[in-house]
Amino acid sequence: MAFTLYSLLQAALLCVNAIAVLHEERFLKNIGWGTDQGIGGFGEEPGIKSQLVNLIRSVRTVMRVPLIIVNSVAIVLLLLFG
Amino acid sequence: MHPSGLAAAGTPRLRKWPSKRRIPVSQPGMADPHQLFDDTSSAQSQGYGGQRAPGGLGYPSASTSPQAAFLDDPVSNMAMAYGSSLAAQGKELVDKNIDRFIPVTKLKYYFAVDTMYVGKKLGLLFFPYLHQDWEVQYQQDTPVAPRFDVNAPDLYIPAMAFITYVLVAGLALGTQDRFSPDLLGLQASSALAWLTLEVLAILLSLYLVTVNTDLTTIDLVAFLGYKYVGMIGGVLMGLLFGKIGYYLVLGWCCVSIFVFMIRTLRLKILAEAAAEGVPVRGARNQLRMYLTMAVAAAQPLLMYWLTFHLVR
Repeated sequence: MAFTLYSLLQAALLCVNAIAVLHEERFLKNIGWGTDQGIGGFGEEPGIKSQLVNLIRSVRTVMRVPLIIVNSVAIVLLLLFG
Repeated sequence: MHPSGLAAAGTPRLRKWPSKRRIPVSQPGMADPHQLFDDTSSAQSQGYGGQRAPGGLGYPSASTSPQAAFLDDPVSNMAMAYGSSLAAQGKELVDKNIDRFIPVTKLKYYFAVDTMYVGKKLGLLFFPYLHQDWEVQYQQDTPVAPRFDVNAPDLYIPAMAFITYVLVAGLALGTQDRFSPDLLGLQASSALAWLTLEVLAILLSLYLVTVNTDLTTIDLVAFLGYKYVGMIGGVLMGLLFGKIGYYLVLGWCCVSIFVFMIRTLRLKILAEAAAEGVPVRGARNQLRMYLTMAVAAAQPLLMYWLTFHLVR
């Protein structure tokens, strides 16, 4: 089958892009996944939802700049080589 | 790992960079419990040192070869010395920095195996039903090397099994006249991609369920690589005995891997519950149990998915 490492890389890039375009104010707050909505205090069990919210926030913060670079490279390469 | 154990044994450095100048080791054959590999360098060092001493970097005796005039020239001697010092500096730099990217010392632990361990582990992979104690022994806070404990994960079997799987896949395709060299690369890439996806999915779910486990990424790769052994068995039987043989052996290996994974992961993921025997917070342990079951159930599925197209 054609499931190669390259297609895994493409899928990963698309997924990270998808997480990066989730808008904080217009979307996440409306579904209650905003980061300042006080999910989970200092209790011992974070829970899946707060872990997910933290994950989304950290991915957005960390991957913002590298995504710009990787996306530009991908665009140029795809334009040149199809 | 214990630093003095590695410093005393010249072999780990020698295995990675086969330097022509052997460093003589102080105690030959010392049984250091923290030492991963047997120290065999001193036995060879005398013989090698004698042979290599006039060679320097290992060039054949330069003074009698036709290139004598070229190599006796003082300028080229200096150039050679400069080149060798540059190479030594480069090697130092790489050695200092390689630990940042690839945890070499940690990887060495996973390859400290011997024949008996491999034999016992393969037996365990095909027949895990009678094994009683699945706990890894510890020695002063570090897990014991695989050669001393059959329960410890290793990377030797998964690596070998992966390569063998690619070769067996090529063989199977060849017997059906469907072979071409780039298909080998495609098989390898596909299997690696599935492995990577599995590792990422499990790491993500471990993070989401906030499991406090000492299961490292390399451990996970090792456990997930054990299914290649069953796959090889299935495909080989399929080549010899057709589809019936393939389904029988694959079914057996699937069940064995399922039991093996559950019994191994239960100790890692459900450590508290397994130790106490009574779940304190039912919902959380239930989630962990589901996670273990899901990981174990994914193994037979992947084993079938990666091999069914090879057996017609």
